[in-house]
Amino acid sequence: MRTFAFCSRRTFCSGRAGESVLRACAAIVTVVLCATAAQAQSAFTVPASALVQPAALHHELEASPHGSLVLQVGSRMLFDEDHIPGAVYAGPASTPEGIEALRARVTPLARSRAIVLYCGCCPWDHCPNIAPAWSLLRGMGFTHVRVLFIAHNFGTDWVSKGYGVERSQ
Amino acid sequence: MASSDRNRPLPRRILGLAVAASLLFAGVSGSARAQTAESMLNRPAPVFVRSGPGGARVDLAQDRGRVVLLNFWATWCAPCRTEMPRFAAWQKEYGPRGLRVVGVSIDDSEPPVRAFLEKLPVDYPVVMGDRALAEQYGGVLGVPVTFLIDRRGIIRGRFEGETDLRALETRMRRLLDSGSP
Repeated sequence: MRTFAFCSRRTFCSGRAGESVLRACAAIVTVVLCATAAQAQSAFTVPASALVQPAALHHELEASPHGSLVLQVGSRMLFDEDHIPGAVYAGPASTPEGIEALRARVTPLARSRAIVLYCGCCPWDHCPNIAPAWSLLRGMGFTHVRVLFIAHNFGTDWVSKGYGVERSQ
Repeated sequence: MASSDRNRPLPRRILGLAVAASLLFAGVSGSARAQTAESMLNRPAPVFVRSGPGGARVDLAQDRGRVVLLNFWATWCAPCRTEMPRFAAWQKEYGPRGLRVVGVSIDDSEPPVRAFLEKLPVDYPVVMGDRALAEQYGGVLGVPVTFLIDRRGIIRGRFEGETDLRALETRMRRLLDSGSP
C-alpha cells in the first residue's frame, strides 16, 4: 500500500518515506496505548484527593481506632507478618479470587462507610492491587473510600516509621 | 498512686502490667522490626529446608562454601519480574565460580508460582516461603528483598525494592572473589 486516504498531503504520505513515517507514527500510538492500558491498572489512577498519607492515617487511627474500616488488599503473608491494627485482610485485588473476596467483604456495608484500602506489597507505581480494589469499591457506589499512599512498601513507609502494627495470631 | 497500686489485688496489678507492656510493645514494634532487619547484616544466615514447584528443594546449610543470592519475590511483583531474568543470567555466568541463586516466593499458594515459572523459567531453584521464614530474615514486608550471603554463611548485604542491579552484581562479584568454591 503506497498511498493513504487519510493523509492530507499526498507528497508527504505516499511512497516509501511516507510509509516509514506512518509506521513510526503507528508504533508511537501503539506504545502510547499500551502505556495507557498499563496506567489504567496502575495505582496512579487513584486521584490524589483520595489518598491518605501514612502519618495522617496513623494519627487518625490513634484518635479514632474504629472510625474507618481498614482493608488490606495484598499478600496474606505480608498481612500475617504485620498489619495496621484493626485492619482486615481482603485478599490480593489483582486476582479474581481477591476481587471476589473484597466484594463479599464490603457488600453488606453501607455505601457511606468510611473505608481505607492499603497494600504496600511493592512500590506505589508497581502495585497491582490498589487500582482494581479502588475501582471495585467506587463502582459499587462507596462514597468514602480512601487509599493509603505507600511509596515504597509497608515495611519502609509504615513499620519502619514506628507506626502501630499487629500480627496475625 | 503508688500506695493505691500496692493496695490492689496482685492478679489485677499483674494484669495492669501486662496491658501496659502490650501497649508499649504495640507502640515500638514497628521500629523494633526495622532494627531487626538491619541487624541481620554480618550475622549467620538462618538455614532452612524448603521445597517448591517442580520438585525444587533447597537446604541452605548445604550451600556453605558458595555465595548465595537469596531473593524473596512474588508473581505479582513487577520489579521482581524485572530482576529474575538477570538473576538467571548470573546463575549461568557465575555459577561455576560458586554462585547459588535461590528464589523464595511469598505468594499465598503454589499454583500461581508454578504457572509463572512455566512462562518464565529460571535456572535456579524457587521454593515457597512463609511468615516464619520471612521473620527469620528480619521480616519481609514488601518485595523484592534480596540477601547476599558469603561463603561462610554470613549475610553481607540486604537489598530492598527496586535495586540497582549493577551495584548488587558488584557486591556479589566481590564476595565471589573472596574465596574459592
